[in-house]
Amino acid sequence: MTETKTRKAESRAATPETAPAPERPPKSDEERLQGFERDQLRQMMHDMLLARRFEEKAAEAYALGKIGGFCHLYIGQEAVAVGAIHALRKDDYVMTAYREHVHALQTGIEAGAVMAELYGRADGCSGGKGGSMHMFSVEKNYLGGHGIVGGQIPLALGVAWKIKYRKEDRVMQVYCGEAAVNQGAFHESLNMAALWKLPLILIVENNRFGMGTAWERAASLYDIWQKASAYAMPSAVGDGMDVLDMYRVAAEAAERARAGEGPTLIEARTYRYVGHSMSDPVSGVYRTKEDVEKEKANDPISIFAGLLARNDILSQQELEEMDAEAKRISEAAAEFAEKSPEPSADEAYKDIYAEEDVNGRLYFDMRGR
Amino acid sequence: MATKVYMEALSPTMEEGRLATWLKNEGDEVKEGDVLAEVETDKATMELVARGSGILRKRLIGDGDTANVGTVIAVIAGPDEDVSALTGGAEVKAEQAPSAAEAPAQEKVAQAAGSDVGQGAAAVAAAGETEPDSAERGTPAEATPSTAAPTPAPDGTSKESAPAAPEPPEAKGDAGTEASSGNGRVKASPLARKMASESGVQLGGVQGSGPGGRIVKRDVEAAMEGGAQAQQPAAPASAEKPAAAPSAPPAQAGEGYRDQPLSPMRKTIAKRLAQSIGPIPHFFLTVEVDMGESMRLRARINERFADQGVKVSPNDLIIKAVAAALRKHPWVNASWTGDAIRFHDHVHIGVAVAVDEGLITPVVRDADRKGVAEIATEVRELAGRAREKKLKPEEYTGSTFSLSNLGMFGIEEFTAVINPPEAAILAVGAISPKVVVDAKGDMAVRQRMRVTLSCDHRVIDGATGAQFLQTLKGYLEDPMLMIA
Amino acid sequence: MAVVTYREALNQALDEEMQRDPDVFLMGEEVGVYNGAYKVSKGLLDKYGEMRVVDTPITELGFAGLGVGAAMTGIRPVIEFMTWNFAILAFDQIFNSAAKLRSMSGGQFKLPITFRGPTGAALQLAAQHSQSLESQVAHYPGIKVVVPGTPADAKGLLKAAIRDDDPVAFFEGEMLYNLKGEVPDDDDFVIPLGVAEVKREGSDVSIITHGKMIHVALQAAGMLEKDGINAEVLDLRSIRPLDVDAILATVAKTNRVVLVEEGWPFGGITATVAALIQEEAFDMLDAPILRVTQADVPMPYAKVLEKAVKPSAELVVEKVNRVLYR
Repeated sequence: MTETKTRKAESRAATPETAPAPERPPKSDEERLQGFERDQLRQMMHDMLLARRFEEKAAEAYALGKIGGFCHLYIGQEAVAVGAIHALRKDDYVMTAYREHVHALQTGIEAGAVMAELYGRADGCSGGKGGSMHMFSVEKNYLGGHGIVGGQIPLALGVAWKIKYRKEDRVMQVYCGEAAVNQGAFHESLNMAALWKLPLILIVENNRFGMGTAWERAASLYDIWQKASAYAMPSAVGDGMDVLDMYRVAAEAAERARAGEGPTLIEARTYRYVGHSMSDPVSGVYRTKEDVEKEKANDPISIFAGLLARNDILSQQELEEMDAEAKRISEAAAEFAEKSPEPSADEAYKDIYAEEDVNGRLYFDMRGR
Repeated sequence: MATKVYMEALSPTMEEGRLATWLKNEGDEVKEGDVLAEVETDKATMELVARGSGILRKRLIGDGDTANVGTVIAVIAGPDEDVSALTGGAEVKAEQAPSAAEAPAQEKVAQAAGSDVGQGAAAVAAAGETEPDSAERGTPAEATPSTAAPTPAPDGTSKESAPAAPEPPEAKGDAGTEASSGNGRVKASPLARKMASESGVQLGGVQGSGPGGRIVKRDVEAAMEGGAQAQQPAAPASAEKPAAAPSAPPAQAGEGYRDQPLSPMRKTIAKRLAQSIGPIPHFFLTVEVDMGESMRLRARINERFADQGVKVSPNDLIIKAVAAALRKHPWVNASWTGDAIRFHDHVHIGVAVAVDEGLITPVVRDADRKGVAEIATEVRELAGRAREKKLKPEEYTGSTFSLSNLGMFGIEEFTAVINPPEAAILAVGAISPKVVVDAKGDMAVRQRMRVTLSCDHRVIDGATGAQFLQTLKGYLEDPMLMIA
Repeated sequence: MAVVTYREALNQALDEEMQRDPDVFLMGEEVGVYNGAYKVSKGLLDKYGEMRVVDTPITELGFAGLGVGAAMTGIRPVIEFMTWNFAILAFDQIFNSAAKLRSMSGGQFKLPITFRGPTGAALQLAAQHSQSLESQVAHYPGIKVVVPGTPADAKGLLKAAIRDDDPVAFFEGEMLYNLKGEVPDDDDFVIPLGVAEVKREGSDVSIITHGKMIHVALQAAGMLEKDGINAEVLDLRSIRPLDVDAILATVAKTNRVVLVEEGWPFGGITATVAALIQEEAFDMLDAPILRVTQADVPMPYAKVLEKAVKPSAELVVEKVNRVLYR
């Protein structure tokens, strides 16, 4: 049995050889760092470390039963959200699917509020009613946190519509996984975004597996960026293991959107080092352990740390201090979540409607029946 | 067909029962109606009867074991029938109980309108025993001779012990038009049930005009109309009802009453008083009674009936006097129903009896129509069985007024707590010699007793209670007045 | 009061609300240049321009989601489905986004969006175009459901729906667009959601219904009157919020109930109302609650079959007679 499984895994695994590499020549360090401020680079490093350590802490809390339900971790993909969100302004909107903790953190939601949400506590960024998949912050323009594959894309389209309707100088940056590309919502949204030239930036995080199905087993055309041509819209491939590359493609897309030139599709080539969710295996029938280990050599944090060290932007010692700080923040977030109160029981019956004080019965409160 | 034997609710409030003794062994042949076991309820020891015939194949609990109502405790089946599936499953909800037990029970619960009558009475009824259904009270119409008086038993004879029951299901011949399904359940719409319960119309006696004989609103309205007309001549002179022969069994079925709708003032009084103390706003009235004449009368009676073994206690005399006084004061022989004051046509006196684990109040029915000697005999018999926990539910429910006597403990005076839904209770103290000053100003030693009436102020006002006590005092001080 | 058609009443409501609030825009298939598949949006494109009267591609999921995203960030979309049958493609956005975003964000968003379009069977449109989906939408807490049956209700309720800060699903009767009735001219003629209306007073039996079926119920009531039966017709008007007080009041008045809906019986609105009545007014019932609904089958095409499975006044009369034990 085991033998068969392993053989299948090998034959089904997505291998970089079968996937066209990003079509850009390698760059020198100088080219890569060009245009970035030293502090900004260090901040990106800090954010990637926090993303990594926060997710590790979440995994630990999940294992201890403090977090329930589904919990999809971002370990391995940090460069995508950290780089792309760094390219935005504070008043731009961000939205994603359910692998979202790092996006939430990156828009500026306190680590404690994110962790408390994972714990289902009153101080969570959705008051404990959303959980791992449904985090929101109106204040930080972070619009969630959506659990149906592809379902967030039409919503983001609507936000982009609102920006145009109100003639605002903002952009809507929305993420989806590569598997969402096969949903009708993806295509319907791209069509209208391009038709009406809406300020929509759609970043497809191609981590090569839709849960346990390798992308080449699910797509007739491997290159997601090419799908934009069907809607006559620009697209780009970003190196999802390179935070600066992600920054660059996202910044170019935002610039285009602000100039009224419409949407951009970005394919971010990345990899997740963990299982689809906390209850799924890291490897097994769909990819081998060796594959995962091999990809880890391409770790976005190590790559970036090397770049910063080589160019005297962040020393090894500073990196270690920064990492200790990230761990401390994650630890404090868990402590905060632990101490945060459980939502009160009648919270379940709150915020179902904006207007509770109306005629008739809005919903059937079955308490006491 | 195997029959499951359930722990049945053998008292109105029973939730679990302790199986005192199995009276049948595994392997015994049993017939429907046979007593299978004695069960101790929260109030008494009751008989559990078989609801099917066959062999008692399996007893699932032993003597002394306790089981929740609805639990299967034994299985009756044919000698070779496979009962393994039944004996394996332990907990079965009461709702799944055989329809014979279930249906009448539901019927009563639905009609009881707050009265806590459960399956117990029903179970006994289904087994063919006497069923004084305290919840299903008759309409005035049915209390009149034309409809209710001598209801013949199904077989056409008039069994002495047979209650003039609200047409037992078996008596119904024409299933097509009667509102009774085969299992004895009366079919009535929810509205009809509610109206019947509020107005006192007894559904068992109503012909249903709905599909399958279902009793509906118009049927209850018709019954109410008929009842009101029939009741009219009798209402003002309830005391003048022809007295039945003293030895006749109480006409328990078709027991009448009259609901007087609440006036706005009455409602306000009720609400405000209820807010002031507890669910029942009590107040207390005490009067001292000279018992000299009563004690002399008692001595004469005991002398006269000595050869018959009759021994009248002072309490028996008090019961008789209370019953007579209640006849004159219908407000005291009444209940609070929540939206009406219910005046009872009958005078049933509950007599508190101390038993090992507490207190039970056997009921002397129609005490106003019984002689003192008869009351004495009955009280003694009931009290005896109460102490043995052998009272049937109908023997300790349905009282319209209660009496508690602690005189034998030397208690001079106390207050008793009302036994809802009654409107009053009388607390009787000791009869003891006291020096009193008579009308002429002379000092004399007299046999004096203090009684305290606890009143539900929603029903009884101070003056009403005082007038009742005045009458009672008059009867006890000059017993001849009772027959005057 | 002017006498106008149901269609014109809806058009007035849209026009007045777009005039009143620049954040209101109408989006859907054929709503602009074509003036609406049912001409509800006639003239609005000329008046309000392409950003506010938006023709979409045929892409229900996409533009329904667009509406929700626009609403969650502050503007007030009216999303027209050419019929609610097509909205089934958009149910993910209506149920998973519109109905839940407020709750699952801990109350951070308002969703002032109206989804509207015709519902119910027209004539021989067969299985996929003849459905009454209001009971399915009403299943989801977080969304409001409104079903007007007259021109006045259409106008007053649509204005209320557009002004409402919650998602409202607005079901128009496909066969009612030409129905004429008196409609107040007042710009602020708004009928609050959750208020039922007795469309006909009666004392013997309550026919509780909504939408197009109020006309079937009223027709039945007319037939019953000839038999000396005085039926009350209660029009729920909105399903969520549900005017429970009005339901209980009519039940208390007549003690007998026939429920009518155009949709299917299984899990239907009549099923919910029947459950509610027995929960809260059991003692008021003098007969079992009976229902008239579409037969529990997909709508057949053939005329004779279609007629056989639709609710009709005759069926209502039959059920009324049964609850009256006649």
